[in-house]
Amino acid sequence: MSELKKNLEIGSSPHIMSGDSVEVIMRNVVIALLPVCAFAIYTFGVAAALVLATATLSCVATEHFLCKITGKASTIGDWSVAITGLLYGLTLPPDLPLWMVAIGGIFAAGVGKFLFGGLGSNAFNPALIGRAFLQAAFPQAMTHWAQPLGDSRFVELPTSTLALPFAQPAYDAVTAATPLAQMKFDSIQAANRELLFGLTSGSAGETCALLILLGGCYLVIRRMMNWRIPASIFATVGLISWMFMLYDPAAFPGPAFMLFSGGLMLGAVFMATDMVASPITNAGCWLYGFLIGSLVVVIRYWGGMPEGVMYAILLANAVSPHIDRLIRPTVFGTGKGAG
Amino acid sequence: MMLDLVRKDSFRHGVHPPEHKDETCHLAIRRFPFAPVLIVPLSQHLGAPAIPVVREGQEVTRGQTIAEPDGFVSVAMHAPASGVIKKFTLAPNINGSMVPSVYLQPHPASSQEVDDGEPCDIETATADEVITAIQRAGVVGLGGAAFPTHVKLKAPEGKRLDTLIINGVECEPYLTTDHRVMLEQTADIYLGIRYLLRATGAKEAIIAIEANKRDAAQKLQQHIPEDLPVTIRVCPVKYPQGAEKLVIKSLLDVEIPSGGLPADVHTICVNVATTAEIGRLLPHGRGIQERVITIGGPGVQRKGNYRIPIGTTVRFALEETGVANNVSRVFLGGPMMGAAVSNLDIPITKGTSGITAFTTHETGEATGHHKIYPCIHCARCVESCPLFLNPSQLGLLAKNEEYTEMAGQFHLMDCFECGACSYVCPSHIPLVQYFRLAKKMVRKLSEAT
Repeated sequence: MSELKKNLEIGSSPHIMSGDSVEVIMRNVVIALLPVCAFAIYTFGVAAALVLATATLSCVATEHFLCKITGKASTIGDWSVAITGLLYGLTLPPDLPLWMVAIGGIFAAGVGKFLFGGLGSNAFNPALIGRAFLQAAFPQAMTHWAQPLGDSRFVELPTSTLALPFAQPAYDAVTAATPLAQMKFDSIQAANRELLFGLTSGSAGETCALLILLGGCYLVIRRMMNWRIPASIFATVGLISWMFMLYDPAAFPGPAFMLFSGGLMLGAVFMATDMVASPITNAGCWLYGFLIGSLVVVIRYWGGMPEGVMYAILLANAVSPHIDRLIRPTVFGTGKGAG
Repeated sequence: MMLDLVRKDSFRHGVHPPEHKDETCHLAIRRFPFAPVLIVPLSQHLGAPAIPVVREGQEVTRGQTIAEPDGFVSVAMHAPASGVIKKFTLAPNINGSMVPSVYLQPHPASSQEVDDGEPCDIETATADEVITAIQRAGVVGLGGAAFPTHVKLKAPEGKRLDTLIINGVECEPYLTTDHRVMLEQTADIYLGIRYLLRATGAKEAIIAIEANKRDAAQKLQQHIPEDLPVTIRVCPVKYPQGAEKLVIKSLLDVEIPSGGLPADVHTICVNVATTAEIGRLLPHGRGIQERVITIGGPGVQRKGNYRIPIGTTVRFALEETGVANNVSRVFLGGPMMGAAVSNLDIPITKGTSGITAFTTHETGEATGHHKIYPCIHCARCVESCPLFLNPSQLGLLAKNEEYTEMAGQFHLMDCFECGACSYVCPSHIPLVQYFRLAKKMVRKLSEAT
């Protein structure tokens, strides 16, 4: 029969694959982030939209350009740099001058990701690297927060958004303090309901806990996120802050405030779960989450800054390979169950 | 899995590839015609090749012993058809290497009556007599391992065998041979169990079946002989439950120690088709000259389960069943562990459980547009490995050729290449291929020192 005359291809088993692939996972993370982005634009207006667009474009363009000049095929098609860009944009104050956004984006994709070796090799979450860079370079602009739901947010831009590069940005709008800053410096505690629905000031995408959890649930159901990491962070932060609240309710805000304020939700659900920079075993993930949770509480209660999620995650990223070295799966037939 | 619930009657981790068993599981076993030439390799098993006892040009009858075992870890070979021994020569095998083989030309006019040998009577035979009879019948593990069955029936010094596990799990997609054998050779299986209990001295037997073969479980349950200490256990469907270590874990919740044998946990595991063959052959003193295989997959036109003479070439088999125009990949066994065939003129041996053919449609899915990405530490391989290895880490070490470290603290040599890690990998990293190469290198290094 003629069909059997032609050459057959050979290959190593298995000859079938489950079908999920890196770009599918990454694309789904982007999808999970979209409601959060939409809400950021709803609360902070055109400025937030421009920040998100600039952040994403600068990250994607940087990776594409760096691939080209190093003679590699462009890797932007795997969608991972789009996640970096979106997440990075969501961590920024919504009225941050766009030139700063672009510089931070170049740093996130170039140094945070590409210099480490690109996808799969980034030791730290690249989005947070970009944000940490901005925090160090422009501390004032990075702690200037716009009021949520401003009346003119869809018709005019804050003057700071289009500030000229390297000029001191001028702020026109009424500035606001984040709930965490209010708590830290003025001992004013925001209402839990406002925190849950994101009606407070803060970074573009950190305010609405509900939508962040929704995106997280979607990824967990699609088996594209290890739920143990956010679960461990929430449990740790909740438990420690509850104990301190019992000790002195006036000085230490309770679990609900600690969980729903600041970048904790966004960080725990979307940043700490970066597969590359988190441990590979489930037990390791619990430990990693515990580490992040305790660092967050320590920085928030006793640190000089009101917020500590970013540094907590970056520090835990650094520890992650060591957790993997420490906690390994017990190989079949070597543990207690072995006959 | 979202929650690590400890499920009863199953091992932990593993994967659920599409089963595709309903394409052939309802098709009764049919007899396959004799090819014009049968190629019988002298080594179809692990261990020493058999020693031929016939001459070129000699007439043989079907079932006649044509090669005797060489030592204990070796089995006999039997003529798959009445005909003429054309020549002894080297013939290609699945690995691409050339192995000593017998070319047999079946006699077209022969009635193909099977030659009986010295029967082994279950009423009177001793354990050693059964073991010898099984070796003389040329029985090896028909599940694919092709390890001489009689060798493991003898408990190692100081060990006793309590439980005989009859493995009817058949977890490979597409394959339904064990399923059909359980439905059609129920009596042979119970007689085989009697021989195996006699040989091992085990007190009880458990037949393990996955939940996708409930009809087989029911049939076996209905026909359990009253005096036979047999239980039937139905396990949840999960790949690779058919592996010896895992079926024992599922049934008895004990783990064979790393590097150990089932005898270390007082069990012995025999494939259900092997058991049926023992029950079918021993009363007549016959040997294995044919076996049941599934010929299936989207590339095959007349899919089915066939009793096919050993030595039939893959080409002849596929020409008989017909293949699709766009057939592009053929492998022996199922898609998870089967080896791809580069040369269709290799023979079906005792260890071949099936022929599966894929078309360009499936292989395009498997390789064509699936680009290899770097490992993103998604941990899916870690979550799927039934032996709790770390395929992600092993893959990185393999890339850096750190073979000694892989074999040492990362237990590379425990891997039995089930393919679960490669199957789930979203980066499409050919992990199993890396591990095969690494294992070869480790063996080479240990031979050198």
